[in-house]
Amino acid sequence: MGYKAKFRVWRGEGGEGKLEDFTVEVNEGEVVLDVIHRLQATQAPDLAVRWNCKAGKCGSCSMEINGKPRLGCMTRMSTFSEDETITVTPLRTFPVIKDLVTDVSFNYQKAREIPSFTPPADVKPGEFRMQQVDVERSQEFRKCIECFMCQNVCHVIRDHEENKPNFAGPRYLMRIAELDMHPYDVAERKESAQEAHGLGYCNITKCCTEVCPEHIKITDNALIPMKERVVDRKYDPLVWLGSKIFKRQR
Amino acid sequence: MTQTTAESTARKQRAQIRVRTLRTDRWWLAPAFTFAGLLLFLIYGVWATFDGSYFSNPYIAPFASPCLATSCPEGAQLFGFTPFGDWYQLPPGILILGLPGGFRLTCYYYRKAYYRSFWLSPPACAVAEPHGRYTGETRLPLILQNIHRYFFYFAVFIALVLAYDAGLALVNKPAGLGTWILIVNAVLILCYTFGCHSCRHITAGRLNHFSKHPLRYKAWTFVSKLNAKHQRYAWASLFSVMLADLYVRLVAKGVINFPFA
Repeated sequence: MGYKAKFRVWRGEGGEGKLEDFTVEVNEGEVVLDVIHRLQATQAPDLAVRWNCKAGKCGSCSMEINGKPRLGCMTRMSTFSEDETITVTPLRTFPVIKDLVTDVSFNYQKAREIPSFTPPADVKPGEFRMQQVDVERSQEFRKCIECFMCQNVCHVIRDHEENKPNFAGPRYLMRIAELDMHPYDVAERKESAQEAHGLGYCNITKCCTEVCPEHIKITDNALIPMKERVVDRKYDPLVWLGSKIFKRQR
Repeated sequence: MTQTTAESTARKQRAQIRVRTLRTDRWWLAPAFTFAGLLLFLIYGVWATFDGSYFSNPYIAPFASPCLATSCPEGAQLFGFTPFGDWYQLPPGILILGLPGGFRLTCYYYRKAYYRSFWLSPPACAVAEPHGRYTGETRLPLILQNIHRYFFYFAVFIALVLAYDAGLALVNKPAGLGTWILIVNAVLILCYTFGCHSCRHITAGRLNHFSKHPLRYKAWTFVSKLNAKHQRYAWASLFSVMLADLYVRLVAKGVINFPFA
């Protein structure tokens, strides 16, 4: 059965703007993005919102709903009470282009800063042989849909704009971990993860994991293992000694 | 690279919402409970360290085990090993508490817990932290969190000693309630210790070729299962060690004196 819901939606360009109140019809089975579209269709034709698949797989409709980073298309209206006012804002960590649409180019810049997969020079394409157990670990990270909600919620840059140049964010630290764990990747990743991409800024408060719509265990399976690998390389004298004595590759 | 400040042009391009958070749920509840739980443990720990009633044959309070001072009663000593001479007169717990304490302090789960609840960095997801500047674990003192794996090695030793204490109590007083409290505590401590992220890394996490090390991979799989419940074991073992310790002290003081105590 339909009802009239109270919505507060951020309207504005650049950083300037305000929360505007709307009363809008909601029907059974709808999600927040459906209601935003109804707002566009009936009351605010110039309301800007980025969306694409409506199936939680493209990562386009990331927004903050009642203060929490969520995918608009995956947030069911039935999770709210009918008398609740639902506040919808753009992602708070990135510059606003218009209304709910933010400029997420920070993330593309960070992606470009990570050296791509680097196989050994003597292994030719077609010669790669990997066992399933070796593939599985990094496959979890490839579920990422790049909604950038983990980047948005991470307090290192959300609350401290000044850290943006030095911190890649959970999504790209996870990418570094994925490559470092790859059996055929030979590029140096540990030192650069700490020094160039800011792994040390992460204080593992797990918000990235909490908001991930793909339920990737970013902190437990990528960031902490990467921190431990950095400890091997930079802070553990026993590992250093072992590598010297047994001529082990670190 | 361009450095920006909190009030920079880039910052002003974000939605200028002047409230700390727009969350409407009770986000403060989890950090409040965490704060209370950890504070309770700290207060109890300080009291227990200086409390002298830590042994009631065959039970030894976990906070005082292994008892390494010469002042320890004979039954409380670990194989009679007392490396500290007669000069040491302080409570014996002080000698070892830094090891499990350091293990928990640098534990990846507890770091999350106290960064959120004590340092409010951040208090909850999407809730602004109150600090003007943030450097994380990039410099002293927090860069020292990287020594966690060394505390893990010591914690394994302590966990095994607690398991030995529980085993000894089982041999000497199998029907004692204290025995079973110590056993449950030892199991929880072992699950917490071996579910540690450093343990997971050491077993096989550091490898890129699981397939070349099937035994280590099996160990990693087992540790990963414990690790998935690390938070649960962290809290369960925190309370179990506190309760087991209190129980033994109450028996030693004669407060608890029923026949199967």
